[in-house]
Amino acid sequence: MMEITPAHYTILSAALFSVGLIGVLVRRNIIIIFMAIELMLNAVNINLVAYANEVENLVGQVFVVFVIAVAAAEAAVGLGIILALFRNKETVNIDEMNVMRS
Amino acid sequence: MDLIWLIPLLPGVGAAINGLLGIRYFSKVLAARIACATMGAALLLSLVAFLELLGLEHREHVVTLAHWIPPIPLETASGIGAFEVPWAFRLDPLSGMMILIVTGIGFLIHLYSTAYMDHEPRGGYVRFFCYLNLFCFFMLTLVLGSTFLVMFVGWEGVGLCSYLLIGFWYHKQSASDAGKKAFIVNRIGDFGFVLGVFLVFYTFGTVDFREVAEAASHMPVEVAGFGVVSAICLLLFVGAVGKSAQIPLYVWLPDAMEGPTPVSALIHAATMVTAGVYMVGRNAVLFEHAPMVMTVVATVGALTALMAATIGLVQTDIKKVLAYSTVSQLGYMFLATGVGAFAAGAFHLMTHAFFKALLFLGSGSVIHAMDEEQDMKKMGGLKYYMGTTFITMFIGAIAIAGVPPFSGFFSKDEILYRTFLSNKWLWGLAVVTAGMTAFYMFRLIFMTFFGDYRGPGWKKEEHGGHAEEHGHTWHGPHESPRLMTVPLMVLAVGAFAAGFVGIPAALGGGNAIEHFLEPSFVATSASHAGEAEHAVAHLSHGAELALMAFSVLVGLAGISLAYHLYVRRRDQADRLAANWSVAHRVLLNKYYVDEAYGATAIDGTMASARGLWTVDRRVVDGAVNGAGWLTRALSWVSHVLDKYVVDGLVNLVGWICQEGSYLFRRVQTGLIQNYAVATLFGVFAFITMYLVARYVGV
Repeated sequence: MMEITPAHYTILSAALFSVGLIGVLVRRNIIIIFMAIELMLNAVNINLVAYANEVENLVGQVFVVFVIAVAAAEAAVGLGIILALFRNKETVNIDEMNVMRS
Repeated sequence: MDLIWLIPLLPGVGAAINGLLGIRYFSKVLAARIACATMGAALLLSLVAFLELLGLEHREHVVTLAHWIPPIPLETASGIGAFEVPWAFRLDPLSGMMILIVTGIGFLIHLYSTAYMDHEPRGGYVRFFCYLNLFCFFMLTLVLGSTFLVMFVGWEGVGLCSYLLIGFWYHKQSASDAGKKAFIVNRIGDFGFVLGVFLVFYTFGTVDFREVAEAASHMPVEVAGFGVVSAICLLLFVGAVGKSAQIPLYVWLPDAMEGPTPVSALIHAATMVTAGVYMVGRNAVLFEHAPMVMTVVATVGALTALMAATIGLVQTDIKKVLAYSTVSQLGYMFLATGVGAFAAGAFHLMTHAFFKALLFLGSGSVIHAMDEEQDMKKMGGLKYYMGTTFITMFIGAIAIAGVPPFSGFFSKDEILYRTFLSNKWLWGLAVVTAGMTAFYMFRLIFMTFFGDYRGPGWKKEEHGGHAEEHGHTWHGPHESPRLMTVPLMVLAVGAFAAGFVGIPAALGGGNAIEHFLEPSFVATSASHAGEAEHAVAHLSHGAELALMAFSVLVGLAGISLAYHLYVRRRDQADRLAANWSVAHRVLLNKYYVDEAYGATAIDGTMASARGLWTVDRRVVDGAVNGAGWLTRALSWVSHVLDKYVVDGLVNLVGWICQEGSYLFRRVQTGLIQNYAVATLFGVFAFITMYLVARYVGV
């Protein structure tokens, strides 16, 4: 059984972040994009926890708790916005949500 | 006597009332009464003042009414002087005589006018009396003024009234032209007068007559050279020439006959035109210090007298004859003042005022009777129709012809006598003039009153003489109403008797008027009374009587010649005219002086005006237009620059912005994912740069 080193965590985190980033960039369904963002946040969390354990400092773990709390709040607000958008647009396709373009 | 300021003021008040209220509201009768009442009151005051003057020892009284111009420092020949003019009136023998003439004759003429102007509509009638009163106001200011400036106020005022009254019938072109002519010609003279007054102040530092005379009396008599006093006198004389119608400015007076006849009598015979003589007499001391100018005055006077008399010989307009006669007699007065006989000039002024006013009013009566006909060729035999007018005019003619013992004899003879002592040539001219005067005056009388009636016929009256209807139907020549004949009679008495105040010593008289007027012509009555500087050369009484007899004979010769030509042998006058047709035509056309002035002065003025107009148009307007053209050209250049350079730059910037924005707005998709990709590439770029910087090194 091989030992799990910070490099493994980093690779996992990077892979997860990449998956989330690709998801944000290529998917058209806003729900999926939303989920991809969560994925990216969690990738960051893994990184933080891993390096907090490595340097034996609790600040990283505490920070992760904060990130989870903020992510929960963000999920609540984001889903509310998505709902409101859906009610107006009758769609979740992000290509049709270009109201910023005059 | 302190109330002499009321004398001018009363007619002024009358003029103000009639002018401000009367023209609109008053009836004819009321306006005439106001005018006559103010003149009558002025006459009474003048009489009282004159009587009091006789009682004064030094024969002078000055009343200062108010300060007019406060002291103003002005430069004079002797340092800074105070230019100060009080509103002051001076009563002395000369102005006393003048106010009596002006108010006396003025009053009579006011009375006469009430009847003479009766044909006028109400507004014109009231306006006439307003002007007439205003004239008396200014004339009395002129003669009573104690300084040059107060006199100048009157001087200009009478000119104005003369203009207004000559042009009284302003709807008549000739009348309004004559008014303008009189006014403009007078301006020339007034210009000289004003310059003279300036020079007086500059030289003496005062404009008060008495102070000027006082100062001048201490200056040397300019026998040889032409000094400052001569310059003053010459300038003042230019003023007198304009006002008193002497060569070369006499041309306005004959034309002034376009005015109503009472105006001719009052202004252009008795009073205003004598203002020049009065002014010269008023400054006698100044003129005596300028012998050269005195010679000029005498020569101009004599020549004017002769020239006007020759023109008067052939005129057929009854008023024109009298007008030229007036010019001629004014020439006599200047001749008198020019030879130093100021008192004789003033004496003739007075007698002339009587007989010339009488003759003018008589001619007015004739014109009235002939239904506005002035041509003597169409009169004749009028003595059967208008006895009073005939007799009074006859008296006037005898007086002006110089037949003793009528007034003209004494005054004219005094002038002739004094001229004889001074200059034989001028005396010759004056005697010839006297003969002509007698001739043309009796020619007027004979053509008008004697012989057969030559005028137009008239409808025989059906209702008898008393149903007199003025206006449209004319019932032939008729005697004028009482209001017109009474002034004639009064003036006839004056024309007969006015000479008795100046009976010369040779005839056993005291020449009272000369001694009476003497204080007005010397610097100070007290200091010079004893001096003998006025003692002129004397002839024996016998020689003086011979001169007198000679001039009377000349006058009688003139009368008998007129009688011969115009009563006994009527055809001879025409034959004479035909034989001397060139001379006759020249005289009939008044020596073509008007034409000459028209060709020189007037055309010259017009030509120079046209020239200046052309300069104005070409040069001044051209400069303005050129400036305008230049501005336009420059603005066009500026416009081009603006349009293609400035606007071009602005448009270029705009174009660049627009094209750039077309280019870059593709980027602005509004799709969040595109932005995210851009962010990602940015992050990659930064990281790449970091890594390159870190591991490769730059």
